[in-house]
Amino acid sequence: MASGVKPRVKVPKSASAGDAITIKTLISHPMESGQRKDGDGNTIPRSIINRFTCDFNGENVIDVKMEPAISTNPYFEFEAQVPEAGEYKFTWYDDDGSVYEETKAIAIG
Amino acid sequence: MKLKAMTALCATLAVAAPLAFAGGPDDDTLAIDGEEMVTKTDAPAHMEETGIDTVMSGWHFREDDTQAMQADTFDNPGMIFVDQAVDMWNTAEGSAEKSCASCHEGPDSMEGVRAVYPKWNEEAGEVRTLAMQINDCRTERMGAEPFKYDGTDMTAMEALISVQSRGMPVNVAIDGPAAETWEKGKEIYYTRFGQLELSCASCHEENYGNYIRADHLSQGQINGFPTYRLKQAKLIQQHNRFKGCIRDTRAETYSPGSPEFVALELYVASRGNGLSVEAPAVRN
Repeated sequence: MASGVKPRVKVPKSASAGDAITIKTLISHPMESGQRKDGDGNTIPRSIINRFTCDFNGENVIDVKMEPAISTNPYFEFEAQVPEAGEYKFTWYDDDGSVYEETKAIAIG
Repeated sequence: MKLKAMTALCATLAVAAPLAFAGGPDDDTLAIDGEEMVTKTDAPAHMEETGIDTVMSGWHFREDDTQAMQADTFDNPGMIFVDQAVDMWNTAEGSAEKSCASCHEGPDSMEGVRAVYPKWNEEAGEVRTLAMQINDCRTERMGAEPFKYDGTDMTAMEALISVQSRGMPVNVAIDGPAAETWEKGKEIYYTRFGQLELSCASCHEENYGNYIRADHLSQGQINGFPTYRLKQAKLIQQHNRFKGCIRDTRAETYSPGSPEFVALELYVASRGNGLSVEAPAVRN
């Protein structure tokens, strides 16, 4: 179990309908690649976030498959069009089965 | 025709190259979440003999991308550790079952602290760094184990305390009882170390703005420490950086937390008097 995992998201509080907004996400995670060895020569088991998704009102916005070469504390920044007021739901899937979730509401105005 | 175009291209390259490869400081302005920082200012009076009129934050010597990361708190990876330290701040530890919050309330009570450290401690009769003070709290008031001087927990806690003073001018006292330590730090700054016989001044006073191998030399200011270094993907403390520099001169280094490094930290901090506290800064 990876410790100290904490998702953070930055979404504007409001936007005009049809606007493209910038969303920034960051999750603190060691992203252990599975390629490294400890002091005794034993392989440190892989422990990464392997998938990240963002949905808006149930509709998928982005779905990312992640590989061991991605560095610690993965950061994603992307644009999304806002058709209506609603809620963004962000989900990170850990190798160990943990799922981390975060939601952000956005208003039209 | 083709040849002519080539010549024209070469000419353009020749003009552009010195600009593109110059390692000197730029003239950009740093505003963190909209709050403007003082990253260039007149050198403090004690630097009169050094030939430096303007002291500059290391931020000016970095690339635009790196600079931009520091301008937005969300983009700054160092803030992850600040968040972790907030949890630590509120966690009771040790035989006294106290947390930082038990005595100091919120971290915002630490406003202004980073700007004046290292600082003379009358009771202890010594100059103390922020890290020494944190460990003093842990062992004396909390009855807890001290943090490793330049360990992850310590640098995170220093970052949390430092960020409360962000934007305030560095203002360490170098006179009075701290003067002796300051003189010692100054002596270390100008002492040539290692097989390469380099002093701090060889690079950071005489050659800032020039390249050392593939990297720009800054003035070696520490107003942004603890600093998030991209190549290490974690926060790096002043003493850790001193150690790295001295190691690179191929010398045996002092240890983080040693009296020599405490003195050097006071001296180097005083060379940045007037610059804004930027911690946690982002550097490569």
